[in-house]
Amino acid sequence: MILTPDEIQAIRQEAGHFPYPSAAAIEALNIAQRGHDWISDELLREVAEVLGISPADLDSVATFYNLIYRRPVGKRVIHYCNSVSCWMLGAEDNRRHLSERLGIGLGETTGDGEYTLLPIVCLGACDKAPVLMIGDETHFNVDPAKLDDILGETGAP
Amino acid sequence: MDKPLTRNIKPDGSAASLAEYRAGGGYEGLKKALAELAPLEVQQQVKDSGLRGRGGAGFPTGMKWSFVPMGEDAPKTKYLVVNGDEMEPGAFKDRLLLEGDPHQLIEGVAIASYAIQANIAYIFLRGEYRLAADRLRRAIAEAEEYKLLGANILGSGFSLDLRLHTSAGRYICGEETALLNSLEGKRANPRAKPPFPQVSGLFGKPTIVNNVETLCNLPHILRNGVEWYKGLSRTGEPGTKIYGVSGRVKRPGAWELPMGTTAREIIEEHAGGMRDGYRLKGYMPGGASTDFLLPEHLDIPMDYGSIGKAGSRLGTGTMILLDDRTCPVRMVLNLEQFFAQESCGWCTPCRDGLPWTVSLLERLIEGRGRLEDLHTLERLCGLLGPGNTFCALAPGAVEPLQSALKYFRADFERYLQPQSTRGGVYA
Repeated sequence: MILTPDEIQAIRQEAGHFPYPSAAAIEALNIAQRGHDWISDELLREVAEVLGISPADLDSVATFYNLIYRRPVGKRVIHYCNSVSCWMLGAEDNRRHLSERLGIGLGETTGDGEYTLLPIVCLGACDKAPVLMIGDETHFNVDPAKLDDILGETGAP
Repeated sequence: MDKPLTRNIKPDGSAASLAEYRAGGGYEGLKKALAELAPLEVQQQVKDSGLRGRGGAGFPTGMKWSFVPMGEDAPKTKYLVVNGDEMEPGAFKDRLLLEGDPHQLIEGVAIASYAIQANIAYIFLRGEYRLAADRLRRAIAEAEEYKLLGANILGSGFSLDLRLHTSAGRYICGEETALLNSLEGKRANPRAKPPFPQVSGLFGKPTIVNNVETLCNLPHILRNGVEWYKGLSRTGEPGTKIYGVSGRVKRPGAWELPMGTTAREIIEEHAGGMRDGYRLKGYMPGGASTDFLLPEHLDIPMDYGSIGKAGSRLGTGTMILLDDRTCPVRMVLNLEQFFAQESCGWCTPCRDGLPWTVSLLERLIEGRGRLEDLHTLERLCGLLGPGNTFCALAPGAVEPLQSALKYFRADFERYLQPQSTRGGVYA
């Protein structure tokens, strides 16, 4: 079993709030992902078992949403917004700079397992474009120089 | 100028506390509704106020509520759902309200729930709004502690359980029925209508889905009355609106202004005008799914009717500006890439048609386009338009494309010329 007893308990608790347990699928996947970084096939099967639904049904949900990762990701996922206002104001420069500095393309993870670079749709801060998220934190008005500062603070090479 | 929705929003970006919210009359609207008005009377006040949904479609809120079964024979379980899935490129107004004044939303939820007699409410929040989620959780706990939520609110006999659901990211979740599927733990595919959610929604029970900004209007309407609310506007459409501007202006941002303020005033006075060296070429008045308008439309009031007559939609009221140094064709490609990626794939025109628009635009930009491709793009605008798809995603997606083909035709045709003769218009 990969899920911890605490995670199983948390998933069961979520499921108890709904008329049927499968309604907690997204919360359950979020709980599992928080503890294990991404949703492996084995983890998916375990979550499905706790919810009492088929792994295929749960996989149809897990593969639908942008923030559920079905492949391994680094400790910090960098989501850069590639939507229209950010695109207009320099998102592509930031992406190029990130790729060069970290040595990874879109969808890839650095060799030390630290960072994964992914695009995301509009982060809802178009007045502060370009915007990106690193882990849980959103950064506004980002340019390559600011990116260097942000990455420097996290200890990136 | 009265700015009820944003008066508690602090410049430092911190959230208004319960005490601060109450000091400005917070929860008085709820108190009044519970103590003095029957649920149907609250519905009538909101109907009389003329409030229209601020999520983008602009449907009259009171009328939407009136389709919910009421009275003794109505189902015992009903739901109120907050649409906080703000994911349309160019839209960033709800974030301001969610992060800056969470109690205002909670009061709005409680009033709406009382009006339709729902005892369970969900806030469906996009997963990326982590700060808003933290602040909402704290505010919900505070409201519960002070008996503003939970059993027997303010001793009225009305009870409401409010839960926060953080989504996992997908634009289609903002569509009313797709949102309900997502809340049920499924893929967010839209549902066929009828039955409408007001009759059979979440878990098959009567459900109202209202946008964040819409709900934030309710405490003020209830507290100050219908006439006051109508007086906030400059046009026949009542209230204030949170307008926003993004793009190459000096001070991009969001401001609460009287409904019917013109785009010129918003762009030139509040956003400080275009940045030096840039000229306005066009603007999308209400987010990525609205038709472009031109500088000649700047003096039209930004309300639902006036913008509709000009050939676009007010949408979210948050404008995206196109400047004279940004290529409209590349801008439209970015928009279509977004919609193609975020199509849920449920219906064929959207699933297959949007990637087709993307590939035609890419081919054009790469210099491999043909004149008939422009005709195909125009034809696709019709094929993906209203009535031909399961939900409004594809019709919204083709709005910027069809208007760009109309207004910026020369920019599309420029790509049909040999590269050496195109000239360096765009950087």
